[in-house]
Amino acid sequence: MRRWTEMLCRGATRLLAGGAAALIVGGIAHAQLAPPPGPTAEAIKKRGMLNCGIDTGVPGFAAQDASGKWKGIDIDYCRALAAAVLGDPEKIKYVPTTAAARFTVLQSGEIDVLIRDSTLTFTRSTVLGLDQVAVNFYAGQGFLVKKSLGVSKAADLQGATICTVTGATLELNIADFARSTGAKIDTLLFDKAEEAIAAMEAGRCDGYTDDSGSLAGMRSTLKVPGDWMVLPDLISKEPLGIHIRSGDARWNKIVFWLDTALKSAEEFGVTQANADQLKTTSKDPFVLRLLGVEGDFGKALGLDNDWALKAIKVSGNYGEMYDRYFGPKALDLPRGLNNLYNKGGMHYTLPLR
Amino acid sequence: MQAIGRVPVLGALFGTRLNAVISLAMLALMAWLLPPLFRWAFADAVWEAANRAACQAAGTGACWAFIRARFALFFYGLYPEPERWRADVGLLLLAVIGAGALLARRHKGWWLLALITVAPVGGGILLAGGVFGLKPIPTPQWGGLLLNVVISFVALAGAMPLGVALAFGRRSQFPVVRMLSIAMIEFWRGVPLLTVLFMGLVLLPLFLPGGVTVDNLVRALIVMTLFTAAYMAETIRGGLQGVAKGQSEAAEALGMHPMQVQVLVVLPQALRLSIPGIINIAVDLFKDTTLVSIVGLFDLMGVVTQSMKDPAWLGLAAEGYTFAAVVFFLACLVISMGGSLLERRYGQASRR
Repeated sequence: MRRWTEMLCRGATRLLAGGAAALIVGGIAHAQLAPPPGPTAEAIKKRGMLNCGIDTGVPGFAAQDASGKWKGIDIDYCRALAAAVLGDPEKIKYVPTTAAARFTVLQSGEIDVLIRDSTLTFTRSTVLGLDQVAVNFYAGQGFLVKKSLGVSKAADLQGATICTVTGATLELNIADFARSTGAKIDTLLFDKAEEAIAAMEAGRCDGYTDDSGSLAGMRSTLKVPGDWMVLPDLISKEPLGIHIRSGDARWNKIVFWLDTALKSAEEFGVTQANADQLKTTSKDPFVLRLLGVEGDFGKALGLDNDWALKAIKVSGNYGEMYDRYFGPKALDLPRGLNNLYNKGGMHYTLPLR
Repeated sequence: MQAIGRVPVLGALFGTRLNAVISLAMLALMAWLLPPLFRWAFADAVWEAANRAACQAAGTGACWAFIRARFALFFYGLYPEPERWRADVGLLLLAVIGAGALLARRHKGWWLLALITVAPVGGGILLAGGVFGLKPIPTPQWGGLLLNVVISFVALAGAMPLGVALAFGRRSQFPVVRMLSIAMIEFWRGVPLLTVLFMGLVLLPLFLPGGVTVDNLVRALIVMTLFTAAYMAETIRGGLQGVAKGQSEAAEALGMHPMQVQVLVVLPQALRLSIPGIINIAVDLFKDTTLVSIVGLFDLMGVVTQSMKDPAWLGLAAEGYTFAAVVFFLACLVISMGGSLLERRYGQASRR
């Protein structure tokens, strides 16, 4: 009798363990072999709602204002996309994602697109099976240092102690940079940016390092911002942009050309305010194609021909978005690489023809 | 010295030379630390300003205007403004039924029954909507302190029966039941809550067929409930062990069914013994609900952290965290006070 129960017990345990293993293996296999979900744009139209993955909070990219409304350049992109596809910028479900979960949430189909200040990298493209559609913000790791230190570029930071937050990349970049320039740079690590900044103000280190997008915001929170400066050079490349699931070429094209349309609009001087007017007055064929007056550009994407016009009318062209959140009246970050190619920046758009 | 010795407080503080030195040192420390804190929090604080820059221009102390500007957000999250009365009514319902269960002299059983049926069902209907003409509010819009309360209440209400079942299961004479209960308890006690929350967030979507998603809040609720149930089971098992064997023997001698013995005689006494432990779990649980902010839910802590990222209010971490600490302290104080009240009222039987 005793032996029977024991055997039963052991059998049950084995069965359970086997079942769990099968579940895990099956789950992982499923994750890799799952056929791509049906055309994303169709699903969005059927749902009447764009599921947009965003950050849980980064100044300038995505943050809630006092009434709880999401604001930021990534949010403006979501809104423009919803306007282009659904014709209504309000038909969005924002899904705030943490750094750990963002790509899983995208892979599982919970969101249609991830616009979350995420760096486009080789591994994310290949190993994670994601499509990296466009860069909407060129960032890089920069330094915020005391002016009294008397340095003008990152390479001069010999023997300095830099405060930063834990997380392999920031530290790793400093180590790589120090090794390549032969400089000796110490780091002091903190869990939260606020702590690191407080330590820096208390004199425990000479500067702070983070993505250039965050640095400007951080500088504005200091007690005497004038005592500190952001060094002009960046020690890493962080092209932040838009991710989608691999396997839906049509959705990829929609998102890609939306990004292009927003940047082209700035290039051709089409703004939120004058878009409707230019539709009738403009003679520029590129503008006419962009605004859907000539050609069937929207139809080719499976959208209405005035798709770009709708998007631009929501929150303006790329330059207007940038100014709203990073311009002199906001976080005051010089456009630098984020300018158009003909103004010394990196945003070079493919022609609309 | 003798005059000092006669006043009890002074005697305790300055009675001996060593005590006097320690007390003076402590007073000096307080005199050094408290005035700046007071100046920061009250004297130099700014209560009204449109943004951080205006705040800084107005004073050097804490910028409480930041908290005021986002007060509603801290309590309701993104719950739509015209519907917020539903959250208030839900909370009131919970408070009334909770107070009833604590204070009622008669029909205690009915009040308790209401607490585990009417409160969750009514509260759930009020908050989620979709029936009786209430506008449906999807869970991603729930937030702030509301979310902490919802998670704690659901987890506690779910963990109570589950914990009792597991506690009995662990004492069961059937090996399979016992083994399963032990496995369940040890698993959930053995893994950090944060890990399970992350697993629910990252691993679960990989198992589910494409397109099927489980609500983020539901995931967190399940994890918190199971986690709390494991601790609850051990606390209640402690209570069960504390009930004298004579009690069940006497009940059996009276001809009661073994089930009746456990449910009517042993369990009530065990639960009474476990009250301090259960309150401890409740307070712990309430504070642990802040962990959900890490998996992308905006509880009070999540909203506070998020609010610091608003370009208009950057860099007000001290104010935000202080506010969160005060709110959590007050909420936990309420739970503790309710607990000691519970102990006093239900402990009467043993004092008779």
